[in-house]
Amino acid sequence: MSSIPSTVGNELPNEHYLNATYGIRSWLLTTDHKRIALLYLASVTFFFFIGGAFATMIRIHLLTPDGYLVTPETYNKLFTMHGVAMIFFFLIPSIPAVLGNFLIPLMIGAKDLAFPKINLLSWYIYLIGGCFVLYSFSTGGLDTGWTFYTPLSSVYSNSAVTPAVIGIFINGFSSILTGLNFIVTIHTMRAPGMTWFRLPLFVWAHYATSVIFILGTPVIAITLLLAGLERMFHLGFFNPVLGGDPILFQHLFWFYSHPAVYIMILPAMGVISEIIPTFARKPIFGYSFIAGSSIAIAVIGFFVWAHHMFLTGESSYAALTFSLLSYLVAIPSAVKVFNWTSTLYKGSISYDTPMLYALGFIGLFLIGGLTGLFLACLGLDIHIHDTYFVVAHFHYIMVGGAVMGYVGGLHFWWPKITGRLYPEAMARIAAVTLFVGFNLTFFPQFILGYLGMPRRYHSYPPEFQVLNVMSTAGASILALGYLLPMIYLIWSMRYGRIAGRNPWPATGLEWATDSPPLTENFDKTPEVTWEPYDYSNRPDLGLEVGQPSLAPAHGDD
Amino acid sequence: MQSQMPLYPEQASNFAPNVDALMAYITAVCVFFAVAITAAIILFFFKYHRKKPGDIGVPIHGDSRLEALWLVIPAVLALTMFAGGAVVYVQFRRPPLDTLDIYVIGKQWMWKSQQPNGLKEINELHVPIGRDVKLIMASEDVIHNFSIPAFRTKMDVVPGHYNTMWFRPTRAGRYHFFCSQYCGTNHAIMGGWVTVMEPSEYAAWLSGSSTAAIDPVVAGEKLFAEKACNTCHYPDGKGRAPSLNGLYGKKVQLADGSTVTADDAYIRESILNPNAKIVARYQALMPAFQGQLTEEQLLSLMSYVKSLQAQSPPEAGAGFAPTGKK
Amino acid sequence: MVWQVTEQVEEERRVHRTGELFGQFETMDQQRESASLGMWVFLVTEVLFFGGMFMTYTLNRSTYPGIFAEASRSIRLSLGAINTVVLIGSSLTMAMAVWASQAGKKKLIPLFLIGTLALGTVFLGIKAVEYHDKYVEHHIPGPSFSFEPGADVATNAHAQLFFSLYFAMTGLHALHMIIGAGLLLWLLRESLRGRFTPQYNTPVELVGLYWHFVDIVWIFLFPLLYLIDRH
Repeated sequence: MSSIPSTVGNELPNEHYLNATYGIRSWLLTTDHKRIALLYLASVTFFFFIGGAFATMIRIHLLTPDGYLVTPETYNKLFTMHGVAMIFFFLIPSIPAVLGNFLIPLMIGAKDLAFPKINLLSWYIYLIGGCFVLYSFSTGGLDTGWTFYTPLSSVYSNSAVTPAVIGIFINGFSSILTGLNFIVTIHTMRAPGMTWFRLPLFVWAHYATSVIFILGTPVIAITLLLAGLERMFHLGFFNPVLGGDPILFQHLFWFYSHPAVYIMILPAMGVISEIIPTFARKPIFGYSFIAGSSIAIAVIGFFVWAHHMFLTGESSYAALTFSLLSYLVAIPSAVKVFNWTSTLYKGSISYDTPMLYALGFIGLFLIGGLTGLFLACLGLDIHIHDTYFVVAHFHYIMVGGAVMGYVGGLHFWWPKITGRLYPEAMARIAAVTLFVGFNLTFFPQFILGYLGMPRRYHSYPPEFQVLNVMSTAGASILALGYLLPMIYLIWSMRYGRIAGRNPWPATGLEWATDSPPLTENFDKTPEVTWEPYDYSNRPDLGLEVGQPSLAPAHGDD
Repeated sequence: MQSQMPLYPEQASNFAPNVDALMAYITAVCVFFAVAITAAIILFFFKYHRKKPGDIGVPIHGDSRLEALWLVIPAVLALTMFAGGAVVYVQFRRPPLDTLDIYVIGKQWMWKSQQPNGLKEINELHVPIGRDVKLIMASEDVIHNFSIPAFRTKMDVVPGHYNTMWFRPTRAGRYHFFCSQYCGTNHAIMGGWVTVMEPSEYAAWLSGSSTAAIDPVVAGEKLFAEKACNTCHYPDGKGRAPSLNGLYGKKVQLADGSTVTADDAYIRESILNPNAKIVARYQALMPAFQGQLTEEQLLSLMSYVKSLQAQSPPEAGAGFAPTGKK
Repeated sequence: MVWQVTEQVEEERRVHRTGELFGQFETMDQQRESASLGMWVFLVTEVLFFGGMFMTYTLNRSTYPGIFAEASRSIRLSLGAINTVVLIGSSLTMAMAVWASQAGKKKLIPLFLIGTLALGTVFLGIKAVEYHDKYVEHHIPGPSFSFEPGADVATNAHAQLFFSLYFAMTGLHALHMIIGAGLLLWLLRESLRGRFTPQYNTPVELVGLYWHFVDIVWIFLFPLLYLIDRH
């Protein structure tokens, strides 16, 4: 059954952040974190379409071993641009800049972030970076791989590398400023009574993510700057012919790009930590362990970068160290999965769409995370490095994990953002479609990888065709799973049922104010006296407190 | 059934069974946990389905002992995976002493290999069964990677470095090799075939091939004279430069007091950038050959220098002053 | 369409001018704490930003110690030393400006800011002289680079590595100083309007932090680049 009672709000509040001011200027010059979140929503969705279009072409091209859809040069540009668009302009900003921006002030009881104008600046910087990259895509494209390994990218490639590198460099500052904003906000702007251990886990997740933003992003910025200078002025930092070292580039590049994957997953884990207690109507199991594991992942994540470089000829001692640390970083994630699962035990579980996305996340993240153990294993990595095994692994985490977290989060907070509900039946169908399509697309790729099919191949030996065809077939279902929500979410903005303040109901502070909220978020500053996810002590939620389902299987009334 | 829908490539090297065993072990552990957790989720999902709209769940905040349990057990299992992988990897990174050395050069977008007697191949590699083979690999341009799935081996081929990779073929046949590091337009078709032959067939192939094999040592000797190396590097060590007799593999004393081993990387660097390491009691006079030699010329010079290890070095004091230790 | 200067806009402008509470904060304390933490977090990102280049420099220097030492000797130590003193002096004047704003010495603030600005400009001027020197000696990386007459390919390549890093690091540092100069000009304007009081001087304090940071980066750059092998 759905959580939403039959009688919810009858009409939207009179004044809220969407109708407080009108006109395009009031949006383009807004400092309201909620409006900025929507500006980001539009722009990341745009880049998602671009990355998705490239992915579609890749999968169609790979239906046949010799690939007749596009030329090799074009194929190489497709996978490169798919990676750049998706990683830098969709995945990294998505949850933090859309959901984080919208929710963090609400969740901590503040009127806005600490630096609202810097928040807007972050969005404009993102756009400018995006323009450079779009310019690169449309004037010659980019064919270096999103990893820009030198000397291919700095010397040999004939594609539009320089504008792309400039665009990603600029975009980095958008991340840095967002991270800075979140850290200061979480430290200084919490409402009275909102202690650190009463913070929603979504906030903890974003705090950990922001630490990675500020420590890691400057390093990719300088790395791309040096690579760009090398290309423009024929310098030799990473070019062996001029005395430089291509492996140095890899070290500098991965020093950011590995923590970057934690930037992509931690916020999604934060979303899941909010959804599961809500739709099981009980506190999360092991709150402090989940909070602590987010910080642990952020910290340990900085010490594993060279597991991308086990086969570059680096010292065996280095490889051993990085392999060990890579196993270490998996443990906090395992703890989270166990805790989420335990939260379901003796819960009062409903099958609402956000819960379906959350459980789908756990299933897919489980596979993605576990396959990381294969890659961290030095002896095994010799065989599966740079094969489709790796491609499957990271798509399970980034798409099966992060994107499902993002879409699930959008559904969960959609009533708060728009004041309206999405159509539940349609949404459940879409969630299941996504889950099925995703597995069909990417599971065959694990097998392809172990059989030896390398990544970034525009053509392949014929014995790999069956699995490739399976993967493409799955991709068509996956695409449907993405298109459906886009359609009905937009539909619901006009025609969806009015949601009221707290349709689920959930326990966070964001649900204690109107849907959509006022520009200043709260009528008056809230004072927090309750623990998070404390369904037993929240009479204001209108639930049957005092009669928890002790014998859930066949409970009496 | 394996041939209809294979899940893994043929096993054709000494590493393959070990790697597959690692795969089987890790798969088993992961499948166990994946199934267990999925089963738990599905069970809870249906068993604890909400009965009445207002119901809440039982408030269980946590359990430190459970947390410790599922922190420690995965950690221990992870350590076993690490250990198994480490053993195989360390073995892979330490070639045995007595190997059949084959040089491999990767360039956009082809592979050139050179057998010990100078026989060259393009996009092909012939190796004998049961022999420890070491590939010494260089790149002429960007980073490539030489990957043989049936052997479960691969290694990056990096410009400016030599990387080595070894294996012992265990099964005759023809096996794909691929380039496994994106290197530009034709990365996907930069592959070829490894042919594993019985030792007698291999020997026959090696000597009977119609393509004229130029002994790289001979080519190297010629180049040594052409580039005027012999005007300083006298065999008796009485020239302006150290003697190269008996040098390869020995320890060398440097001007700054440190000691290095004269391995492939040292010799290569000494040709391209001689001032990086000056030998004790010698001046920094040698010109740098960076940018003046192709990888193949470098390889032939190295073959020649390596061939000199059989020569006896000059007496101490008159040459490069080997420390006498290997 | 022209901005309407409504009462609300007037009020907001007055608030910003006199440094009273900004809308998103509850108290002045919270505002001050946030601003300060924000600047510190920003400086941490700058440490990582410069850190990547310092790392690259250190690795390259240990690979080519001889050439780097020789190349380092070709840049004028005297100019670098003067610049170090100049920049430390400017940090002193900046600290004095912060003190003046905290002590309520409103007339002194612009004076010290001008002093900082002047010293910063001297620094940039001397940098320009150094860059010009390098231009004349063909030490600017690019097609016309030549470390010394008759240098071989390897020497040129490795020396060019040194100079690429020299220009990248000092260039990035100079860019930060130019931005700092811009911030100082803004502070100067505001201080002349009497905006900074003992109750509200956060902008001065924060720009001070930034300026000191830029100074500290130079204190690392100077020995790394100029003092490699001076006997």
